Amino acid sequence: MSRCRSPIGRRAVIFALISMVLAAAGACRADDALERVHARGTLRWGGDIQGGEPYAFQDPHDASRLIGFEVEIADALARRLGVRAEFVQNDWQMLIPALERGDFDVILNGLEVTPARRARVAFTRPYYAFTETLVVRRDDADTVHGLADLRGRRVGTLGNSLAFDLVSAAPELEVVLYEGVEEPYIDLEQGRLAGVVLDHIIADRYGLVRPGLHAAATVGDGVYAIAGRRDDLALMRAVDDSLAAMMRDAELRAILTRWHLWDERQTALAQAEQPTSAPVTGAGLTLAHLPIFARAAGFTVVISALAMALAVAGGLLLSLARRYGGAPLRLSASAYVEVFRGTPVLLQLYVLYYGLAPILTLPAFAAAVIGLGMNYAAYEAELYRAGLDAVPIGQAEAALALGMSRGLALRRIVLPQALRVALPGIANDFIALLKDSSLVSAITVVELTKQMTITAVDVRGWLVPGLLCAALYLALSYPLSRLARRLERRLAPVPA
Amino acid sequence: MSVGAVVTVRALRTRRGQTEVLRGIDFDVARGEVVAVIGPSGSGKTTLLRGLNYLTPFTAGEVDIAGHRLRPGLSERADAALLRAVRTRVGMVFQSFHLFPHLTALGNVTEAPYRVLGLEAGQARARAQALLQRVGLGSYAGALPHTLSGGQQQRVAIARSLAMEPVVLLLDEPTSALDPRLVGEVLNVVADLAAAGQTMLIVTHEIAFARRVAHRVLVLAGGQIVDSGTPADVLDHPRTAATRALLGKE
Repeated sequence: MSRCRSPIGRRAVIFALISMVLAAAGACRADDALERVHARGTLRWGGDIQGGEPYAFQDPHDASRLIGFEVEIADALARRLGVRAEFVQNDWQMLIPALERGDFDVILNGLEVTPARRARVAFTRPYYAFTETLVVRRDDADTVHGLADLRGRRVGTLGNSLAFDLVSAAPELEVVLYEGVEEPYIDLEQGRLAGVVLDHIIADRYGLVRPGLHAAATVGDGVYAIAGRRDDLALMRAVDDSLAAMMRDAELRAILTRWHLWDERQTALAQAEQPTSAPVTGAGLTLAHLPIFARAAGFTVVISALAMALAVAGGLLLSLARRYGGAPLRLSASAYVEVFRGTPVLLQLYVLYYGLAPILTLPAFAAAVIGLGMNYAAYEAELYRAGLDAVPIGQAEAALALGMSRGLALRRIVLPQALRVALPGIANDFIALLKDSSLVSAITVVELTKQMTITAVDVRGWLVPGLLCAALYLALSYPLSRLARRLERRLAPVPA
Repeated sequence: MSVGAVVTVRALRTRRGQTEVLRGIDFDVARGEVVAVIGPSGSGKTTLLRGLNYLTPFTAGEVDIAGHRLRPGLSERADAALLRAVRTRVGMVFQSFHLFPHLTALGNVTEAPYRVLGLEAGQARARAQALLQRVGLGSYAGALPHTLSGGQQQRVAIARSLAMEPVVLLLDEPTSALDPRLVGEVLNVVADLAAAGQTMLIVTHEIAFARRVAHRVLVLAGGQIVDSGTPADVLDHPRTAATRALLGKE
């Protein structure tokens, strides 16, 4: 189960290309992974420490040290294999591609066993059994007893998770995807969601600690297991044997107990037999995906266009305030530009959506448009400034000499000329904004890139969805870049 | 203000930094009069002209123009109404035209009567078209400034000023930025205006033109008027060294 992922965006596309090449290379590798582990003296295991407590995370008292129940399991397994455990940090969403390209030997990080994953990687026997908890607000406790009671309402979960599969399968729910484990519960408290479905470990530690929230139902269950490459038969057998031994001599139980994770479900798990890895082939990308992608692309366009409109208007006000305003106005406008230009837009989106939630509860879509718009307004203000600087002083003088007021001279004479200078830059910024709009997936908006990552998991491949996604972005941005170039050529005046 | 004067300038001084550009200027311009201001470069001719519509503020003295009084220390913001009232009635033609590059010739001439005087669009356009006709550019209404020659641009600029029906037209070296071949077409337009009784104050280096068109000539040197009178008085029998230098008679 994933906890906190950084948005993947463009990285995913590049990754898809690279992982395809490496997968091809990996196919000719013989099954000597176990030998290599022994020769190296380390078992390299992949995980994402951003997932937080209790999985694998930085010791709050010593940031250089990793702790967590999975850290202890990895150490125990390595010891039993006669080697040392070596952790490899990797974005959770990218764990399987990274495993395939050989960044580490196994994944041990709350990875749920699903048919889709079993088709792609080999799993050991499970080391933990969990349930999926539906959490709602306390005032809904009397009316909501299961997913069926939430028809037509917004339910949050994490992408690529078993919980996501469950929620997606339930009829008539509006699924809202998150990157981290705190955020869905914040939104639930704020009323932006009607419910959250996540693994009970997460629900207990991040959701139910909030006084306003209530566990409404258990809506499913699943297991975590260690994943490895399908061809590494000897290594996977050795790891699985070691895990079985840990169950027999109760070392696993001791670890889980130490982390307050041991319960009756784990007893049952110890008796269960190892799941066979029956290959399930991916559904593949079909024509049915096209409308989904088209809609996501449309969403990207709508968000970008609205944000750009906001940026263009806001930037104009900022540049005018800087040029013609009194000292306080001038200073505030300059401060605005420096702050919004000097900090990451992703951070601004987080602050706007989650940080301000207790004071100002914006819907995700509005937060996306406002966040991107406010950020880009700072850049547009600079473009306008350059444009205003480019208009000769004689133009304003000629207008004033005709008896025009300063406002009229600005509006009719100076600004149209400044705008023309700024226009190619604005068109370029719109292209940049179109791509930056992928960041809003961090605040639960599903746009084109997010749709790509969702589909990539559905069809178990990054390459085709990635290329389709890239093609759509190009189709959107290419006309804009043509327009920008045309505008640059036509910097010479245009008929009024 | 002197009786019948459209412009009265008294004890006008302008300082730029430590330098006194104008050092006490007095003169009047009567209705229908054409006054030429000549003088060497740096003598303060342009500063004087720009002081009359307060594009360049002056530091002492006063200017009565178009029925309003300008004094030192006016501010574009606080005294906007007064400055607008003056500038609406006082036309100005710049050395480098300053046509609005994003508007057509017709648009340049229509803009102020429509936006400032509040004429109806059709009325403003008709007036503008007639003025373009008058400066010989009737068929260039749709042309953008950058497609016109310098002489044509300056004629559009003159039409643009005339569209406000100014009581006095200030021309700041209107032919200095022009190719010599194009000087004539602009001067002819100015001469026609003079003949039609348009009150004008012209800063110029064209001595022959001043002699032909002006009723009166002011010679400016070192920020002061060193000579004035009819063209015959001033130009045929130059009384000062400055005038003689200008005429190349020394």
